[in-house]
Amino acid sequence: MNFSGLIQDFGPLTITGLAQGAIIALFALGYTLVYGVLRLINFAHSEVFLLGSYACLIVWGFFGLDQNSATPSTLSVIGLLLLGLVAAIVISGITALGVELVAYRPLRKRNAPPLAFLITAIGASLFISETVGVMTQRNIKGVPPLIQPRDVFVIGNMHVTNLQILIIVLALMSMFLLDRFINRSRLGRGIRAVAQNPDSAALMGVNKGRVISLVFLLGGLMAGIAAVMYDLKIGVTRFDAGFLLGIEAFTAAVLGGIGNLRGALLGGLLLGLLQNYAASLFGTEWLHAASFVLLVLILLVRPTGLLGESLGRARA
Amino acid sequence: MTTEATSSPAPQTPVPGAVSAREKKNRRQDSGGVRGWFGRQNPWVRAGLMVLFAVLAFLLPYVGEIPLIGPQIVTQGIDWPSALFNMSYYVLLALGLNVVVGFAGLLDLGYVGFFAVGAYTVALLSSPDSVLRTEWGWTAAVPIGLAVAMLSGLVLGYPTLRLRGDYLAIVTLGFAEIIRIVATSTETLRGDRGFSDIPHPPGEFADGKPIFGVADAVPYYWLGLAVIILVILGVRNLDNSRVGRSWLAIREDQEAAEIMGVRTIKYKLWAFAIGAFIGGLGGVMFAGQQGFMNSQTFVLQFSILVLAGVVMGGSGNIAGAILGGALISYIPDRLRGIQDPIWHTDLFGFRFAIFGAVIIVIMIFRPQGLIPSRRRAMELKDREKEVAPIE
Repeated sequence: MNFSGLIQDFGPLTITGLAQGAIIALFALGYTLVYGVLRLINFAHSEVFLLGSYACLIVWGFFGLDQNSATPSTLSVIGLLLLGLVAAIVISGITALGVELVAYRPLRKRNAPPLAFLITAIGASLFISETVGVMTQRNIKGVPPLIQPRDVFVIGNMHVTNLQILIIVLALMSMFLLDRFINRSRLGRGIRAVAQNPDSAALMGVNKGRVISLVFLLGGLMAGIAAVMYDLKIGVTRFDAGFLLGIEAFTAAVLGGIGNLRGALLGGLLLGLLQNYAASLFGTEWLHAASFVLLVLILLVRPTGLLGESLGRARA
Repeated sequence: MTTEATSSPAPQTPVPGAVSAREKKNRRQDSGGVRGWFGRQNPWVRAGLMVLFAVLAFLLPYVGEIPLIGPQIVTQGIDWPSALFNMSYYVLLALGLNVVVGFAGLLDLGYVGFFAVGAYTVALLSSPDSVLRTEWGWTAAVPIGLAVAMLSGLVLGYPTLRLRGDYLAIVTLGFAEIIRIVATSTETLRGDRGFSDIPHPPGEFADGKPIFGVADAVPYYWLGLAVIILVILGVRNLDNSRVGRSWLAIREDQEAAEIMGVRTIKYKLWAFAIGAFIGGLGGVMFAGQQGFMNSQTFVLQFSILVLAGVVMGGSGNIAGAILGGALISYIPDRLRGIQDPIWHTDLFGFRFAIFGAVIIVIMIFRPQGLIPSRRRAMELKDREKEVAPIE
């Protein structure tokens, strides 16, 4: 137990925790959205993220960039970042839709029991991550240093870098947009209606199939953004990156109240912070153990997560 | 077992009042096919067939001797008895998880945790690498290993079983991760270095050679099979007892079960403890055969694989769990040592990718599993009729 270290590094730990939490929160939205509407754990969501994290690397590879290249000029960095984001979002979105089409839709048509969905999702997840694993020989892939972390401002010993600001701002922005979309737009109203009561929604003329596709697509878009952020922050990706971060993202979703968008944000940020504090307190290897212990403790007190589980009642 | 179990007239008696006239009719109509035929035979014929199956299972190591068919069945990249032993502990795990997921309807994503607890307890008590320095024999360590595994099931279950389905899933997943992290990062459990020289089960042939040696896996397979048969008998009796009926009631509708006087927490704990016990059994068998294990053995993918096996085979049905457990071990092992036609690499590298695709295909065409329990198959038929016409 290293309390003095925790107190001394509280500032830096907080800012890295927030940046990491922002990525986890974006990732967690995919779990929460699908759960809110279908009451299913979308196990294959981790692979949606995984393909996004490779998609932007491939696009950057087209421009001859790999982990050894020099950082390009500012203007081209902005261009490359946008291109990478678009590529990751597109690929993640397509993957999410594809998973829904292959692994979920046929079962939904047959009204299969919920466990069957979980298993096809596991199958899809295994298939995608292992195919990537075979194609990359299970090696890690480096990310070109598009952004050299540079201190933007310093408070005490808390150095806030440009990358951390970018991650947090981008994450909050996409979550704000998603929140607006779900709560204000016509399509969002459809999503909330199906989440509240699928049959009544269908009777009221909501196209259930389309809403479900839309939910998967939205989750995929968010995972795509998270994937680019992850690449930039961690600097490498691997065939099992999605699986490992996926467990954390799912934990975050449950922590905040699965099916609740703001819960995912809260859970993600909280988890990111906690992991960093715990890593400093007990050592890095206990990082994940700490998050699970916290999860169990919170679920014992609040069995539906911090904010409760209600996509439908988000703004009824 | 409770006395009610032996006195209950029909073994399949569900929750009182649950058998409607329609269901009875369905059951009669449903009795076509092999299983219907099997159900109509008199008990002696059924018992005889069961024994025949068991004998055939014991003869499996020699299946390669059969001309034409045999060589197609046996694995190539791994010797066949070892593959069979792998299958036996996967089947054991599938049987245990089937109690938790199939009978009681509790989604457990971290089942490998109990497997690890069993294996690590044996290793700690018997390996010369252990800090305890007890260096017990395998047989002495096994009961302790099983007891600790069962206890861990109770300890995990008691606070968490109040949680609803999906929350339970993440908590159990977290439990398995914590076990793995503890195994990786504490000095006592030796992380990647692991434990070596875990003793094999005892016993000698007449000429003084040990029965459970390093080279020949056949005795291990037979031991595994014997354990499996005992577990099947135990689990089947439990399922037909008051405990089993309570599980059924909890699985179908927890609130209704509670109102009818089923003590849900108690019977959920039962399911968890029995599942943990069988998982621990798999663990001690594994430790005894391998002689070495480290924290890399107990990755999370393992539990997910077993879960996939249970559901794929037909959750809630013992025969289904056996088939599923055997398949999840057999398919990857069978792919070992086969060259693919395009890249000429070992198909073993693709095993999980292929396996993932196989799972999807099986579940889409048989969402109830390959050998579903009769009740589940009927439920699914009902559900299919209920599909909302509006999509």
